[in-house]
Amino acid sequence: MLLRHTTKEVKEREGLTINPAKTCQPIGAMYAALGIHGCLPHSHGSQGCCSYHRSTLTRHYKEPVMAATSSFTEGASVFGGQANLLTAIETIFSVYNPDIIAVHSTCLSETIGDDLQQITKKAKDDGKIPEGKHIIYASTPSFVGSHVTGYANMVAGIADQFAVSTGEKKNQINIIAGWMEPSDMREIKRLSTELGVKIVLFPDTSDVLDAPQTGKHEFYPKGGTTVEELKSIGDSTHSLALGCISAEPAAIALEKRCKVPFETLDMPIGISATDRFIMALSQAAGVTVPDEITADRGRLVDIIADMEQYFFGKKVALFGDPDQLIPLTEFLLDLNMKPVHIVSGTPGQRFEKRMKEILVRAPYANFKNGLGADMFLLHQWIKNEPVDLLIGNTYGKYIARDEDIPFIRYGFPIIDRIGHSYFPSVGYTGGMRLVEKILGALMDRQDRDALEEKFELVM
Amino acid sequence: MRKVAIYGKGGIGKSTTTQNTVAGLAEMGMKVMVVGCDPKADSTRLLLGGLQQKTVLDTLREEGEEVELEDIIKEGYRQTRCTESGGPEPGVGCAGRGIITSVNLLEQLGAYDEEWDLDYVFYDVLGDVVCGGFAMPIRDGKAEEIYIVCSGEMMAMYAANNICKGILKYADAGGVRLGGLICNSRKVDNEREMIEELARRIGTQMIHFVPRDNFVQRAEINRKTVIDYDPTHGQADEYRALARKIHENKMFVIPKPLEIEELESLLIDFGIAN
Repeated sequence: MLLRHTTKEVKEREGLTINPAKTCQPIGAMYAALGIHGCLPHSHGSQGCCSYHRSTLTRHYKEPVMAATSSFTEGASVFGGQANLLTAIETIFSVYNPDIIAVHSTCLSETIGDDLQQITKKAKDDGKIPEGKHIIYASTPSFVGSHVTGYANMVAGIADQFAVSTGEKKNQINIIAGWMEPSDMREIKRLSTELGVKIVLFPDTSDVLDAPQTGKHEFYPKGGTTVEELKSIGDSTHSLALGCISAEPAAIALEKRCKVPFETLDMPIGISATDRFIMALSQAAGVTVPDEITADRGRLVDIIADMEQYFFGKKVALFGDPDQLIPLTEFLLDLNMKPVHIVSGTPGQRFEKRMKEILVRAPYANFKNGLGADMFLLHQWIKNEPVDLLIGNTYGKYIARDEDIPFIRYGFPIIDRIGHSYFPSVGYTGGMRLVEKILGALMDRQDRDALEEKFELVM
Repeated sequence: MRKVAIYGKGGIGKSTTTQNTVAGLAEMGMKVMVVGCDPKADSTRLLLGGLQQKTVLDTLREEGEEVELEDIIKEGYRQTRCTESGGPEPGVGCAGRGIITSVNLLEQLGAYDEEWDLDYVFYDVLGDVVCGGFAMPIRDGKAEEIYIVCSGEMMAMYAANNICKGILKYADAGGVRLGGLICNSRKVDNEREMIEELARRIGTQMIHFVPRDNFVQRAEINRKTVIDYDPTHGQADEYRALARKIHENKMFVIPKPLEIEELESLLIDFGIAN
């Protein structure tokens, strides 16, 4: 009982978070930057920030994640980090030769007031950015928001600092990926190809963080949205932002800068959200939905219909990041399951509002995000109202073990299982994978606990 | 060794008052060290005769951790030991963190060690206690007594009251106490009475009323304290008096900062309304 000190009684807490359901902004910025081709993320702060974020991403993807740091010392904290960053830029371009450096700030550099816009401009003015190379930045203080905010800030920075409006529209649609796995981004591209729509997906970590073993190490793998593509997003006809928290800020930035109209959608997880995504994309591009996609959908519906009895009424507790939790909760309700406890450490009224809309169908649900929404609270809720299934990142394994609950790993980080990088959870095929995982977990439990006379061969 | 910090609103005359008072103490035979905690590094100019010295942080930046005490402390008027913390240029970095860094460094380097046989350390701190860094000299037993320089002007009194809030915060943990208000006169109506009353309500004393005299400016232009520039001048006696009062002071209190309404009513009772 590793969490044996968790009490059943829920007391009002004001000043304490126990096992937070979120992490630091820069890790999101680092992940987003890796979705640009030839980009080296750079952490403007002390070394510890950078190494923590690199190691967590590496553990999640089982791929080496490269990032540089301004290596703040006591002196940099007092005199400002400009000198460190300018030196770092020179060193990085001469030694590691990326196409782009994506700088994000940290708590320390934000607190002492370092201005990344001013420093990166100085680097450009001083000729420290070689011809054809780029530097972008995002402000990511961890005392605001969460890792999801950091992702959103960097994606908005990408849109704002690369997009160019030539005045001539291109027949293409921007898809701004919310925080999703490389496998999900690959699936978004596949669906768009099947629809016959030309898209620019950004960021795109496929073929970066799920790169194949070829026997040769590529410091900058072949994946990632290219600079040319990113420049062109200002001329696209539309943007679709997949996720109101992690993707919409980029769409807004792009609309402001280049007047590209946008629509914000939930991430296409589960049937309803995928339906909305496919319809929005086909309408924006003026194409009809091909039979192959309709057939994928049909297969997902068929599995759900066949297995209805196993889903019905099962109680689920879930925790994680807002843009996943919104459509996932909706999907669970579509499966006739009961999402009873939902927690996200990421603050924001936007999320709260969207969840309330979805939870109209589940007035019984406990839901909390932001301050005080931690895994301790989730555990307490579970003690008060036990569940049949827990869905969340690796940190959920402690609750699952103590309470003996079937557990599906989903979200970020997953550092004790594989699969998330390779098998999508978006789209209809992603829905099939989720359904398979849910059924697998529930049925394994039924088999484990069944009395001998009730032990079913056919399920 | 008594450890004294001088606070007060920006421009009120902290550095001038501190150095002139230190000159008075030095004249009495006291061994004094002055630590300037202002990025402008102008807290020891009068004692050093205008000698611009390298600050602790400049040295730290250039030499790394290999800083020697001799590099950052210079001897001034009557063997007073002078050092400037320094800090970043205006608008960048973190001056507050700079003070924390330099005060820690001075400790590590043994600037306060017994071998120097110091009777006093004076911290001359920039402006208000705007953040944790500027409170460094009153944290965990560094400075033990605080004097606040103020005048009868509203904003100076407001700042003095605010500084008391800072002292209050560290009084329990660090043992810091308020030694009194120094009124550096601006020739405001009823100034003496008003500051005496403010001091009384805060629970302290007005330790000295320093009259306004242009001679202070004249000495400053000559990069000297008044005592150094003209020991016979009447204003020199004022600073001598202040030095003696500080030396003999026995009244150290935890201040009771006023509510803003009370502070304003004080002004109405004593100030412009009359």
